[in-house]
Amino acid sequence: MTFAQIKEKARAEWEALERGERPRILIGTATCGRSAGALDVLEAFKTELAKRGIDAVIMQVGCIGLCYAEPLVDIIKKGQPRICYHHVTPELVSELIDSYLIKGNPRPDLALGTIGDGDVEGIPRLFDLPTLKPQVRFVLRNCGHIDPENINHYIANNGYAGLAKALKMRPEEVIEEIKKSGLRGRGGAGFPTGLKWEFCRKSPEKEKYLICNADEGDPGAFMDRSVLEGDPHAVLEGMVIAAHAIGARQGYVYCRAEYPLALERLRTALQQMREYGFLGENILGSGLDFDIEIKEGAGAFVCGEETALMASLEGRRGMPCPRPPFPAQSGLWGKPTNINNVETFANVSIIMAKSSDWYASYGTGKSKGTKTFALAGKVKHTGLIEISMGITLRELIFDIGGGVPNERRLKAIQIGGPSGGCLPEELLDVPIDYESLREHGAIMGSGGVIVLDDTACMVDVAKYFLDFTAEESCGKCVPCRIGIPKMLQILEHITSGEGTEEDLVRLRELAELVSSTSLCALGQTAPNPVRSTLRYFKGEYLAHIYHKTCPAGVCPGLVQHKIKIDPELCQACDLCRKACPTGAIQGIPGKPPYSIDDSLCIRCEACLEVCPFDAIQKLTGKASNYGDDT
Amino acid sequence: MVEKRTSQLAELIEPYAGRPQELIQVLREIQEELGYLPKEAQEEVAQTLGVPLSRVYGVITFYHFFRTSPVGQHTIRLCLGTACYVRGAAQVLQTLQEELGINPGETTVDYKFSLERVACFGCCALSPVMVVDNTVHSRVTPAKAREILSTYQGS
Ligand SMILES: Cc1cc2nc3c(=O)[nH]c(=O)nc-3n(C[C@H](O)[C@H](O)[C@H](O)COP(=O)(O)O)c2cc1C
Ligand code: FES
Repeated sequence: MTFAQIKEKARAEWEALERGERPRILIGTATCGRSAGALDVLEAFKTELAKRGIDAVIMQVGCIGLCYAEPLVDIIKKGQPRICYHHVTPELVSELIDSYLIKGNPRPDLALGTIGDGDVEGIPRLFDLPTLKPQVRFVLRNCGHIDPENINHYIANNGYAGLAKALKMRPEEVIEEIKKSGLRGRGGAGFPTGLKWEFCRKSPEKEKYLICNADEGDPGAFMDRSVLEGDPHAVLEGMVIAAHAIGARQGYVYCRAEYPLALERLRTALQQMREYGFLGENILGSGLDFDIEIKEGAGAFVCGEETALMASLEGRRGMPCPRPPFPAQSGLWGKPTNINNVETFANVSIIMAKSSDWYASYGTGKSKGTKTFALAGKVKHTGLIEISMGITLRELIFDIGGGVPNERRLKAIQIGGPSGGCLPEELLDVPIDYESLREHGAIMGSGGVIVLDDTACMVDVAKYFLDFTAEESCGKCVPCRIGIPKMLQILEHITSGEGTEEDLVRLRELAELVSSTSLCALGQTAPNPVRSTLRYFKGEYLAHIYHKTCPAGVCPGLVQHKIKIDPELCQACDLCRKACPTGAIQGIPGKPPYSIDDSLCIRCEACLEVCPFDAIQKLTGKASNYGDDT
Repeated sequence: MVEKRTSQLAELIEPYAGRPQELIQVLREIQEELGYLPKEAQEEVAQTLGVPLSRVYGVITFYHFFRTSPVGQHTIRLCLGTACYVRGAAQVLQTLQEELGINPGETTVDYKFSLERVACFGCCALSPVMVVDNTVHSRVTPAKAREILSTYQGS
């Protein structure tokens, strides 16, 4: 089949679906949806529809990014806009079917928004919601809209058009196009993609490799997972385009084992590509021979680093090597290798399908196009979003993310993961682009954004990240292997109330040493969380050191007895006593106040969680600080 | 029993004979089958793939995924990634440790539960996340963790 024929067939299938008489039910069954119970909802739809003899199309789709509202179900009735329902439970399924599909009541009380032409009274348009309105969705273009296991859906939505176009161009022209788009690597460092391809293209060796980095080890980041689960072909198409540009015959996707669904979707997608001739010999009659193999990681953060990743692909311990030589000169098996991130490839396919000028019209001077972010932590609308570069952190957290829940105050934004930094509230108006973030001590990183509220202790957060990097250090170079644990030790000293001002001096010195002398970027960037918290939250360090208190009430060493019941607020509801695992709480239902036996309290905070009256409080500082009050 | 295991092992490893680059893949498949990587399996892999035993051991100890002792009937994996940590995963871990009487990386004496800590499942939007065998539980609190555990008691 020629590409035109393939496309025609795919379009016909898609249109038959769109124009069909049967109602369609789209269920978001990506990992986030599943963890919220989407598979039970799916089963419930199957059963309930069958019971009523309703013939409907049930489609499993990827994540549209509104993870906080999962499970999400979209229902499309002929002639009506698509309606998106949120927090759907198996119990709600028959209600939705009866009210909307049978009786025609669209149930605005359960709906989040409508998608597509036309309006439904009482339901806003989904893409007019504050969470979605500021977004620009290129990488996430198909997530939540198509069946990721059906290649025809992708093709019908302009998929593989970029590949078909690229294969008619000379490799140098493709590279030029990517260079002109201004695309920079989305895996963290932001290296210009076109330039990287050119280095590899120009390497004299004949045999070359292409790698897609799907290791996504930054805890708190899940952009790559969502794209792989919701639109795997967008990434794979980008890889074939890159193979043509640099002249590679073999490609690998190195995906972390913690993503079983992404791996499954990738396998299905590769199979379909082979059937259509998008992989294998003489791809679409162009003379290009290229195939892709999937390799699973085995749980090591450092394997996201490119040289370590290649060592792992060769079946060895994933230890980084000094660069140069760069992978473009000597990479996998010593051959020139080009490695890019998942999102980078997903951008490539859309740039080729549209044009570099179109792409470069989004973003800022040096940061073109869009970037996806995973919003998590203390923010109302946790989920996956995509924005044009250059919008501010404030827009990201407050407009799109809906701000901090439970009426708490924003304290910091952690951006860039273990290599990134914590930015304070005062910097909310900093624009999101590679240079601005770096200037303020954070990095763009891969796109993980964790919002911290005033219950977070910034010294504890710094300690958390060092604990992570110390654990994940491969141990090859001394500064990283020994320096990071030393820094961690100092932080432990401080959080246990033993810290001195001298500790801060040593901490700064070590940070400098570790970052300037480590072998790979893991060590070089590991001190960043410490540096940024010292820069913006020095007061908290000083409180630990001089006042021996943890202002946020987190550090156990400085919180001797931290759980206390306020007699004024206690209503003797008995919930806390029932929740207490050690029987430390005493009281008689209906006879306030209750009290906590400190010798039995293990500070699990289970009581704090269940108390409906906020009567249980944490007291911070050394016991001596609040003396008789306890 | 032992013989059966040996022939099964050989069957698994054979396709990778002489291909050291597949070391991680082979180990993964064996672990999938046996639940862990016993010493005899490590030796067999070294021999068939043609690599020193030290390299096999080096790889096993480098990657968090591999284990050298048997696991319990159910594996509980708790995420302590950043998003989960800032939403109280440490308290959940404490609860699990108390309830099960084991630390991460350990298995209960009755081989019922193994406890592991993981650094992110990519479900961060619904943190804290705890995975029991293949079921993902989101927004876990100490109370919810106890409840989840109780559904496995007696099974
Ligand atoms: C410790 C460490 C972990 C990394 N983890 C990842 C990762 O999970 N995914 C990724 O794409 N890049 C990761 N990188 C960056 C890669 O080394 C590399 O720069 C990237 O894959 C290049 O692709 P890009 O140019 O498309 O960004 C990591 C780097 C370091 C130092
Ligand atoms: S940090 Fe726990 S799932 Fe990502």
